[in-house]
Amino acid sequence: MLRLVPRSPPSRALTLAAPFVALGLTVLFGAILFLALGHPPGQALALFFVEPLRGADAWSELAVKATPLALVALGLAICFRANVWNIGAEGQFIVGALGATAVAMRAHEGINGTHAAVILPAIALAGIAAGAAWAAVVAFLRDRWNANEILVSLMLVYVADMLLGYLTYGPWKDPDGYNFPQTISFLPVTQVPLVAEGHRAHAGLFVALFVALGAWLFLFRTYGGFQLAVGGQAPRAARYAGFSARRSLWTALLCSGGLAGLAGALEVTGPLGQLTPHLPVGYGFTGIIVAFVGRLHPFGILLSSILMSMLYIGGELAQSRLGLPQALSGVFQGLLLFTLLACDALASYRVLRVTPQPQPEKTGEKTAVAV
Amino acid sequence: MPGEIHAVLGENGAGKSTLMKIIYGAVRPDGGALAWNGAPVAIHNPRQARALGIAMVFQHFALFETLTVAENVWLGLENKMTRAQVAREVERVSRLYGLELESARLVSSLSVGERQRVEILRALLTNPQLLILDEPTAVLTPQMAERLFVTLRQLAAEGCSIVYISHKLDEVRALCTRCTVLRAGRAVGSVDPRLETNRSLSELMLGEAPPAPPVRTARLGDTALEVRGLSLPSSDELGVALADIGLVLRSGEILGVAGVSGNGQAELLAALSGEDRRAPAGSIRIYGRDVASAAPRARRALGLHFIPEERIGRGSVPGLALSANTLLTRREPVRRGGWLHRGRARRLAASLIARFGVSARGPDAVAGSLSGGNLQKFIVGREIGAAPKVLVVGQPTWGLDVGAAALIRREIAALCDAGGAALIVSEDLEELFELCSDLVVIARGRLSPRIAVRDASPALIGQWMSGLFGETGAPAPVPVATGVEAHA
Amino acid sequence: MLAASVNAGTVLALAGLGLLVNERAGVLNLGAEGMMLMGALAGYAMALHLSGGWMFVAYLAAAGAGAAMAALFGWLAIGIGTNQYATGLALSLFGVGFSAFAGAAFVDKQLPERGRDGLPWLRDLPVIGPALFGYHPLVYATMLLALALGWFFFRSRTGLLLRAVGESPESAHALGHRVRALRLAAVVFGGAMCGLAGAYVSLSYTHLWVENLIAGRGWIALALTTFATWRPARILLGAYLFGGLTMLQFHLQERGVQIESHLLGMIPYLATVVVLVLISRRAAWIRHNMPASLGRIFRPGS
Repeated sequence: MLRLVPRSPPSRALTLAAPFVALGLTVLFGAILFLALGHPPGQALALFFVEPLRGADAWSELAVKATPLALVALGLAICFRANVWNIGAEGQFIVGALGATAVAMRAHEGINGTHAAVILPAIALAGIAAGAAWAAVVAFLRDRWNANEILVSLMLVYVADMLLGYLTYGPWKDPDGYNFPQTISFLPVTQVPLVAEGHRAHAGLFVALFVALGAWLFLFRTYGGFQLAVGGQAPRAARYAGFSARRSLWTALLCSGGLAGLAGALEVTGPLGQLTPHLPVGYGFTGIIVAFVGRLHPFGILLSSILMSMLYIGGELAQSRLGLPQALSGVFQGLLLFTLLACDALASYRVLRVTPQPQPEKTGEKTAVAV
Repeated sequence: MPGEIHAVLGENGAGKSTLMKIIYGAVRPDGGALAWNGAPVAIHNPRQARALGIAMVFQHFALFETLTVAENVWLGLENKMTRAQVAREVERVSRLYGLELESARLVSSLSVGERQRVEILRALLTNPQLLILDEPTAVLTPQMAERLFVTLRQLAAEGCSIVYISHKLDEVRALCTRCTVLRAGRAVGSVDPRLETNRSLSELMLGEAPPAPPVRTARLGDTALEVRGLSLPSSDELGVALADIGLVLRSGEILGVAGVSGNGQAELLAALSGEDRRAPAGSIRIYGRDVASAAPRARRALGLHFIPEERIGRGSVPGLALSANTLLTRREPVRRGGWLHRGRARRLAASLIARFGVSARGPDAVAGSLSGGNLQKFIVGREIGAAPKVLVVGQPTWGLDVGAAALIRREIAALCDAGGAALIVSEDLEELFELCSDLVVIARGRLSPRIAVRDASPALIGQWMSGLFGETGAPAPVPVATGVEAHA
Repeated sequence: MLAASVNAGTVLALAGLGLLVNERAGVLNLGAEGMMLMGALAGYAMALHLSGGWMFVAYLAAAGAGAAMAALFGWLAIGIGTNQYATGLALSLFGVGFSAFAGAAFVDKQLPERGRDGLPWLRDLPVIGPALFGYHPLVYATMLLALALGWFFFRSRTGLLLRAVGESPESAHALGHRVRALRLAAVVFGGAMCGLAGAYVSLSYTHLWVENLIAGRGWIALALTTFATWRPARILLGAYLFGGLTMLQFHLQERGVQIESHLLGMIPYLATVVVLVLISRRAAWIRHNMPASLGRIFRPGS
């Protein structure tokens, strides 16, 4: 008979292998799912895992999706390591886009027109500031009044969505836009520069890489990052050491809000070029999965953001080519997180073969207690 | 044997608790035999044990604070009585054995001694033939322990057998009629404790003569730590408020703070360490500098280091490596601008491991993988290794084996011989008697007068623990003259 | 408007009561949104094949779907010991994705006409009939459930045990109780209730299926448990209050109050935040009322 026995500390080998095992299991479930739906699994799976990697165009699309995912996830990694559960990255993403839009709409053409060198940093800063401010509300409510950050940040997502709707249907609606809820198309000078002509991948990619490096340095090479980690793992020890829980809380939320906001800003002035109510596609929530699958580690996050993008694109391909709903990506992503959590937890166990209780025999040295 | 009070004696780590858990069904043995009333038996879970008539009172209470006494007891019984019946039974049995308790009180409002009574009542209501008590007097004053003994003797006289787990030799000799000594998981002897001496029992437990306590050659110097008028309201309803605490600690001396758990020790330690910064201004001074509202880091910079009672989760982060854990209180590996020098942290950890004999795989070993004794050695090493001027310690050797305990006591003594000062808050009177030159007792948030160890008797200390200071004439306060004090 | 509030509130109350049982046992299941969506979908899909008196089978299917998802969560978070927050989130995300995916086929399918709501002859009484007895049976069931849970937690031994487990699973385990089995049972019950609540939305309240039908109500239900300090009667109160707030928004729009509809739409969510802040302010109070082990992993033998 097999029994699970906890082992401590968890096995390193299994912990490292867990993401890959999880991926394998997800692929397996996917195959079963496709079979059940009547599609040849090999072909369908290829749409998710092979097609998105074929050709420069495909890689460019990957980068377009991976960039905001990575930025959001990097911020969330900092938060989750500090045991601050920011679920509202989607809201911070939206608000960041709003901030960027406000700046971008100010740009004008002509001789005294706006310079890219001026407007682009302004857009980025506006995005970061707006996202950070949105997260600051969560931080303040938790700091001052002990309000649960999960629920507050989540409610703010819906509020942000409403705000987006209000602005695009109302004050920011393009007067020449045939009454569609959308802003003006932003001027080219506000567009985030592209990596290469003809592809949609933009400079945000490098920003993401840069931020990943910065996050790694912060988390693993600075005293501040250490304090954050201790606060997240053992708050009593942090208090004993004299680390400020308040500082960690604010750092975590401001970073994560700012990065999500930056992602929103880059998205709205990059691939989208204008603000519409269709802006939120769930990067804030998928970012949570990206963060976990990447083990809350900046380099792991870079890899997992690529993986998630593949799943997104695969979903789009499945829709256009096989007529399957696009929501399939969501299924895979959720599944991946499940299997990863399970594998992770199982790494803390050892499988033991237990034989049923043998008949007790007397061994001289053990104490027999007779009453 | 029925009606026998049988002690199970052994030092920490000898296996007493494990053996009892096997009998109670919480743990499964790997081999061996159990016989109950003459018949062989295998006990798979606590329910079965209860059905056989075995009841256990744990050292760490299994109580629910938001429920009443009656409800707590009800949950520990099989599902036969209604809540009202249980309440009545609780009152009846409590009166019978002198363990007064009201059924409707919330456990959160009970003192530690009263909570133990709930545990005992719960055990008694199962009408046990065998009652197992695991270190019951750890949370009692000597007077309360006497009352417990009266109850136990009454129970034994009625035919209930009692197994009494302890490492306190005086109690075992006073209470028990037979004693089995465990050492390193084996039974090494079965004797009548009334015929033995402390020394002979000690030798049985350890297999050799106990290590001699450290010889102190202290020269008292300036006032290192002064606490005056420290009054602090408690931070939550369950805590104890501190009232006008005052003490003086000079360099070279070791002062002990005795007391039963739950009388303000945790609050006092938090105020001294800096985890609680609400102390009135000027109430805490290190070498004259006011630190009452200073953060822990500022206090460490002035030379005050603290070793908390909780080793895991407070004194160390179990998920991080030992090298990382040094960073909790040591700044050496932190460079300017906040950058971490990991090599330096590793070297620091390695040197601590070597100097204090910590058995670990290396500086990269995760703190959670160390045994309790080794982790404590590491933490003590980390703080003492910083050559503090004032060392404040909570329960330094609780739960540790003799070797580790002796090493830690030696180090503390050496620190103070070299000019440091130590304040030790402990519930273990023997430890305090061994290590300290003077004692105070904390009870209900107040401090008793100070007394030299050689003038103190357990009876007096016990009285003070109940809060009755100033009953007997207190000896002269802090010795003024410096001089050589030999401590045998 | 009162009627509409009660209907809206019933959704929240039903889910909230289920989550209450969950959390009293010390388990925080953030997958409420996902479970409600799956329940809504399962109920809707089943109802398309049913008629008239067999409608209740659709509700059973919904409860089953919610329970199944909760069981998955329970197996991971309780059985294996994964992080409760992350696992619950995964459940929600998965539920949102899967219901959108599987439900795409049902978006244009129409349910047959709804029968009249309400209790059989009581609703035909003059004046008070429609007002008091004209509601869907589930509305009354929810109120009864609140009462039943109140009795359960404070008068019965199992309820007491569940509360004890929520406070200190270690102590309950030391006493020999089967902590993990109890927690799992609580979680599955919670899931079933969430599934039911979802079905109420798709089958009765809105009577249709679209992607993301639940629109955040699962999360509001989670907030509700904190608001109600984990007491069943207060959950009802809070739920109807929130239902009322949602209706207020529509009402204002109808009355032509000149505030943009989107801004009005923020009201329920902002209100939730305000309520959360008010409740959480007194840390001592929270500690007194909150199940102390909420969210912590319990591993026997550790």
